[in-house]
Amino acid sequence: MARKLSFKMAINEALDLEMRRDPSVILLGEDIVGGSGAPGEKDAWGGVLGVTKGLYAKHGNRLLDTPLSESAYIGAAVGAAACGMRPVAELMFLDFMGVCFDQILNQAAKFRYMFGGKATTPVVIRAMVGAGFRAAAQHSQMLTPMFTHVPGLKVVCPSNAYDAKGLLIQSIRDDDPVIFCEHKNLYGHEVDVPTEAYAIPFGEANVVRDGKDVTIVSYGLTVHRAMDAAAALSRQHGIEAEVIDLRTLSPIDWDTVIESVENTGRLVVVDEAHPRCSIATDVAAYVAQQAFGALKAAPQMVTAPHTPVPFSPTLEDLYIPTAEAIAGAVLRTVPHALAA
Amino acid sequence: MPEPTPSALSNNPIPLPKDQLLEAYRTMRTIRDFEERLHVEFAKGDIPGFVHLYAGEEACATGVMMHLTDIDRIASTHRGHGHCIAKGVDVGEMMAEIYGKETGSCRGKGGSMHIADLSKGMMGANGILGAGAPLICGAGLAAKFRGDGGVGITFFGDGAANQGTVLESMNLAAIWNLPVIFVIENNGYAEATSVTYATAVDSYVDRATGFGLPAVSVDGTDFFAVHKAAGDLIAKARGGGGPAVLECKMSRFFGHFEGDSQTYKAKGENEFNRANRDCLKIFADRVTAAGVVSEAEIALLDREVASLIDDAVTSAKAAPLPAARDLLSDVYVSY
Ligand SMILES: Cc1ncc(C[n+]2csc(CCOP(=O)(O)OP(=O)(O)O)c2C)c(N)n1
Ligand SMILES: [Mg+2]
Repeated sequence: MARKLSFKMAINEALDLEMRRDPSVILLGEDIVGGSGAPGEKDAWGGVLGVTKGLYAKHGNRLLDTPLSESAYIGAAVGAAACGMRPVAELMFLDFMGVCFDQILNQAAKFRYMFGGKATTPVVIRAMVGAGFRAAAQHSQMLTPMFTHVPGLKVVCPSNAYDAKGLLIQSIRDDDPVIFCEHKNLYGHEVDVPTEAYAIPFGEANVVRDGKDVTIVSYGLTVHRAMDAAAALSRQHGIEAEVIDLRTLSPIDWDTVIESVENTGRLVVVDEAHPRCSIATDVAAYVAQQAFGALKAAPQMVTAPHTPVPFSPTLEDLYIPTAEAIAGAVLRTVPHALAA
Repeated sequence: MPEPTPSALSNNPIPLPKDQLLEAYRTMRTIRDFEERLHVEFAKGDIPGFVHLYAGEEACATGVMMHLTDIDRIASTHRGHGHCIAKGVDVGEMMAEIYGKETGSCRGKGGSMHIADLSKGMMGANGILGAGAPLICGAGLAAKFRGDGGVGITFFGDGAANQGTVLESMNLAAIWNLPVIFVIENNGYAEATSVTYATAVDSYVDRATGFGLPAVSVDGTDFFAVHKAAGDLIAKARGGGGPAVLECKMSRFFGHFEGDSQTYKAKGENEFNRANRDCLKIFADRVTAAGVVSEAEIALLDREVASLIDDAVTSAKAAPLPAARDLLSDVYVSY
């Protein structure tokens, strides 16, 4: 049975279901319960935006509030994973990776390879990503490419509640370390979500709109901007865009992307990360190499600019790729449509 | 400001000259009104983003900062408005920054969590817990190399005290004998988590001692206690006597950030703190009871500050937004 569920509650439900199924799943993070040691309500917060609210009542001490010591508790999650647990650690904002990156980069990511295939580290690190929350330069970044660059890490960034639930369940069951990126501006977004547990396999992109004229590839929040652009292009120019939601960035579903570009001959990649060494450059380069013959126009990229995230709402709104910018990029690949 | 001589103090139960008392009160009142006003404006939906208010902790910033000049550096926190004001950052520019305006301290690019004014030695509020401690070691190192007699002060909460960066910095400051003071603002909570849960030792003084640092813990609602302890530690550091830790224990009157339901607090906790642990009331009662400052003088300062804050809000609201081209400026000095 399905019912409307928000992105935030889909994550809560995935955590609950997996904790019921597997006693080795534990949750760690700052104020994921809240009220620890305090005189008032326990489970006062359930995470800074309430994502884990209510799980303490169901699972008690399997949720651990942590001190403000990311190196220690993210590292402890990695270590516990290497010793048979399935920890889901919440890093609150992915920007805080700066504090604890060694435990991710040099520890979790390397164990399997460095130890000759003998180790598994099934840790999930959940964190909020993305701009638009007026949270300024240190709480708004889309740092996905920093993690896709690192062999050994899997990187997930869902665009909707259905995918969030299925991908988080897969992340917990997966035997590798997973960075699970939650766009904070999607938390309230609702779609139909089944009540039961289901896993969405990694490396399977979702074609969210069929189209024959151009392929738009994106992930996370900007999938919605791409859909808006596609609707406008269809209305105003009769251009039918195929929109691909990558869902997982490492592994990445090259086959679906290449197949689509072979049909459309045109590529626009939309990425909320900075332009250099991004998901956008990655996809554009791969397509240029693998489907050069199919391309009728140079691949286009729509990204955030090469700047930190500004605080002022007027500037931040210019920072995030808009539907208009995406439509503009599409039109650059279709010169005759511009003439029309 | 010359220190009052012990003989001048002996007849006076208040250990500071009157001009300094008025200055201290004005600073604390400015912080309080700034924060109370932000609380109101935030609730109207006029202020974007995360706002962490310092109300209740004014004596700490003020008691420390009165010993500093512009050559001294401070590294602040997410709860930074009080540090900014006490270090002399312009209140109008701060307010404009919080509203995201072109006329703000950081031209609208930083917001509440990143207000900075390097000309005043204010190295920035910070969105990353514990980030200020290494930076202030750098400030101390620079002061030592330049030989300018400057000191560096880093503020951080009871929660951020558990960051590795803070602990590493304490050791670094100790081995290099840096002119640095670590000020722990212990308000009992880190977000919704109690210090008694998150910190293993009962006293941060014990922890500092483990790093070989002298440490003092004071009642952060008592301006005079903070002022005295900070003065001693800063004078020693300035004179080459090395780093130290100062813990100030106090309460924050509002939630962790604006919008916090605060259900982790005890019933009536905020009311109790406002009635019994209000550093402004404690200060005003003491100086008026001693007959050093009159109630009329306090009331006059209150009125002056109220109009300062009114003006700041009015100008901030009317100020221009940043121009679109500002999005791309100042990423580098040159590129
Ligand atoms: C590295 C890092 N981790 C977590 C956070 C989120 N966060 C912001 S303030 C805060 C609590 C800070 O508590 P404390 O240090 O006691 O300062 P207080 O808010 O009480 O002034 C947390 C967890 C952060 N900003 N940076
Ligand atoms: Mg605190």
